[in-house]
Amino acid sequence: MQLNDERIIKADPATVWAAILDPAVLQACIPGCESLTGSVAEGFEAVVSQKVGPVSARFTGLVTLSDVLAPHSLTISGEGKGGVAGFAKGGASVSFVPEGEGTKLTYAAEAKVGGKIAQLGSRIIDSFARKLADEFFQRFQDAVEGPDAEEEEPQASGADNENQDKPKKGWFRRLIS
Amino acid sequence: MPKDGGIGASTKRREDVRFLTGKGRYTDDINIRGQAYAHFVRSDMAHGILNSIDTAAAEAMPGVIKVFTAADLAGVGGIPTGWQVTDRHGKPMQEPKHPVLAEGKVRHVGDPIAVVVAETLDQARDAAEMLDIDITELPAVVDMRAALAEGAPKVHDDLTSNLCYDWGFVEENKAAVDAAFASAAHVVSLDLVNNRLVANPMEPRVAVGDFEDHSGNSTLYTTSQNPHVIRLLMGAFVLGIPESKLRVVAPDVGGGFGSKIYHYAEEAFVTFAAKQLKRPVKWTSTRSEAFMSDAHGRDHVTKIELALDADHNFTALRTDTYANMGAYLSTFAPCIPTWLHGTLMAGNYKTPLIYVNVKAVFTNTVPVDAYRGAGRPEATFQLERLVDKAARQLGVSPVELRRKNFIKPDQFPYQTPVAVVYDTGNYDATMDKLLELSDHAGFAARRAESAARGKWRGFGVASYIEACGIAPSNLVGQLGARAGLYESATVRVNATGSITIFTGSHSHGQGHETTFAQVVSEMIGIDAGQVEIVHGDTSNTPMGMGTYGSRSLAVGGSAMVKALNKVINKAKKIAGHLLEASDEDIVLKDGKFTVAGTDKSVDWSGVTLAAYVPHNYPLDSLEPGLEETAFYDPSNFTYPAGAYGCEVEVDPETGKVTVLAFTAADDFGNVVNPMIVEGQVHGGLAQGIGQALLENCAYDAEGQLLSASFMDYAMPRADDLPMFKVDHSCVTPCTHNPLGVKGCGEAGAIGSPPALVNAVIDAIHGAGRTDVTHINMPLTPARVWSALN
Repeated sequence: MQLNDERIIKADPATVWAAILDPAVLQACIPGCESLTGSVAEGFEAVVSQKVGPVSARFTGLVTLSDVLAPHSLTISGEGKGGVAGFAKGGASVSFVPEGEGTKLTYAAEAKVGGKIAQLGSRIIDSFARKLADEFFQRFQDAVEGPDAEEEEPQASGADNENQDKPKKGWFRRLIS
Repeated sequence: MPKDGGIGASTKRREDVRFLTGKGRYTDDINIRGQAYAHFVRSDMAHGILNSIDTAAAEAMPGVIKVFTAADLAGVGGIPTGWQVTDRHGKPMQEPKHPVLAEGKVRHVGDPIAVVVAETLDQARDAAEMLDIDITELPAVVDMRAALAEGAPKVHDDLTSNLCYDWGFVEENKAAVDAAFASAAHVVSLDLVNNRLVANPMEPRVAVGDFEDHSGNSTLYTTSQNPHVIRLLMGAFVLGIPESKLRVVAPDVGGGFGSKIYHYAEEAFVTFAAKQLKRPVKWTSTRSEAFMSDAHGRDHVTKIELALDADHNFTALRTDTYANMGAYLSTFAPCIPTWLHGTLMAGNYKTPLIYVNVKAVFTNTVPVDAYRGAGRPEATFQLERLVDKAARQLGVSPVELRRKNFIKPDQFPYQTPVAVVYDTGNYDATMDKLLELSDHAGFAARRAESAARGKWRGFGVASYIEACGIAPSNLVGQLGARAGLYESATVRVNATGSITIFTGSHSHGQGHETTFAQVVSEMIGIDAGQVEIVHGDTSNTPMGMGTYGSRSLAVGGSAMVKALNKVINKAKKIAGHLLEASDEDIVLKDGKFTVAGTDKSVDWSGVTLAAYVPHNYPLDSLEPGLEETAFYDPSNFTYPAGAYGCEVEVDPETGKVTVLAFTAADDFGNVVNPMIVEGQVHGGLAQGIGQALLENCAYDAEGQLLSASFMDYAMPRADDLPMFKVDHSCVTPCTHNPLGVKGCGEAGAIGSPPALVNAVIDAIHGAGRTDVTHINMPLTPARVWSALN
């Protein structure tokens, strides 16, 4: 299946580009990622836990970055084996274009599953892949620019006031600023 | 008054007592001291190069006895195919090797790669997780036409292409058929798909291998419809064990529908491993495993055309079919779309010229083989859909167009242009009976009533004929069968008069223990309770070819009748001696031997006792004992036929089809147990309606099996079905077997899909939407709605 979407990130392309190449960011953004080791050049070994419908699986596999054209575009690919659960693989071509003061991120993602996940979860696989892709790029956006101000408002007025003093910056931008 | 025993009585099924009280003894109930458990590791890719399998970590896991891969199966042959089809150019089909465990490549999701044998099943499963299997994925072929395209990935690298065979039947008629089309007044054509199905018997497959070290004998307990066939194929071709050292037992088996005919890799593996490990080895399929390892059914894509003259007589028929073989040839796969399909294309009609082309194709899917009806449902579906379409296109009644072209009762025996000779039949009689029972006359009023509620009502009919009692050996041998198709029985009369029948047929739901005993009871005149039917064990039953193709009573029952006649002849000689009369004057009636025209008589048990206590016995001319064996090889198939009617309501808003009524008028020849026959038809109808309305085995373009559980594969449920009206009062007895029986096991699944689809098209046309001429099965609400919108 193919998934296409775009979103505006409130940061300049250089910041966004640095973030996408950062293993810590990748690990934080890949939903269910337990560990990620390796490098951009060599690829990353990843362990990812996911539940697809009735099938829970722990995938071990490779995440690679290819077609890297800094700071314009790259392809993120992943391939994991989940033992009896089967396998999953997917990838996304991502491009970054300056837009105003921010960056327009466009992606075309593709996902494939096999084995038990396909056999038992095929009805929900499309929506599941969409959710995963969404979650990845949402987390990425949050990491770069911090959660939406609107989203943070109710949190601030809630009982848990811990976040109130935190700057409205993504943790990645805080790290590099 | 209905009889309470003997032929024609609706005797209650004696086997049900144990089945319904939980006392059935199925293969999974067999546990042998010291048994180990096998877990198969299967490919989750449809196609790939098997680079390496690292078993070290798995073998180090607790409880693991051994991990087997293809490398451990030295000397083990491939799974053989039981039928060789010769193509239209006179060349044999392409026949790839089918290894027990994948060698070099995996070719479908579910293809077994390795087996972990451990002390417990959980240990075997846990260890399987530790196997490191390196597979390089290859592009898969799933669509049959794409598989035949130039440059398509090859399922088997050593074959020239994915084409198993290109079969033409009757090839010599092709030019005449084409000429008839060129000069036809009307030509009607239809493109359709016969959807892939999964048999899903209630009991999944199980195999237990055992090896006796002191004797060197191997035993396989397996969920099979034909233990002798498994012994022959596995012993001779896969494991190299002579029949005398190999016993195959198929105990109570919970349904098969074809899927338990074939010899499977798991059976060979547990037998092999038990001998290697000197321990019993058990494998029990999970339901998920069954979806990707039991042979699937149907999966044909067909274009069919009918030529008619100006008076609407059928003048020629031609078909062009792609039949999916899957990744390997299952035991009988090659013969299903050919000899069990092409030979039935005449249907109930006197079409003089027929040409059938079938291209069998390898794809990266589970192997496809016979499923209830096997080739005949595919033939009937396309023919009966086409005849229905022709009637609508020509503006005539579907019933009348059929009648006009029916073979008439005075034309039997009837030589069809597709090799077979129908011995007997009366197709108008079953059609009359159908229209009467389904209250066809009242349909218009019922349709109006539905219309008033905003629903579209339709009535569809289908005629069918099938070739059952699969045989005769000399004929099927010429057609490519690598086995004979006779049946056998041993009748052992015991000293006190009770009788044990050892039949080569196998019962897995058909009720042999009841019906065979009824036949014995009728012939001897003793209570059926004195008759025991033994089947399913090669160590005590004579060689039989098994139960499929509605052949048990017609072929196996006939063998039993032959053996019983031998017994009766000998018993009459003994009775003649005891009564001091010529055996030619002895009459056996109601369990008593009488000298004709006198009151001199001796009971059955008096004769049987004399046979085993031969104090007063003609030992100079007659051996003691009373036991006879017979083999029966019939001279022709049997040809059950009938007419089916389905009444449906279509909801035009949602596309939902509701089956309101279903009527079956069958001619099964003579009937031994009407209740069991009715039950067989009910089951067949449920499966046929399931195919037409609900069931579909789906693959994605990469060869991933998407419908691999009951969440996605929709089995028919009681509330999907109406109450059935079933009739088998139209009887033209089979002319060439002693019981005059034809077989009833598959009819329901053969006649019902076209009747149902015809009914839906009738409903749609009745509402004025004549633009919709066909919808492919299953007729789910989504498909019907899409066709309408």
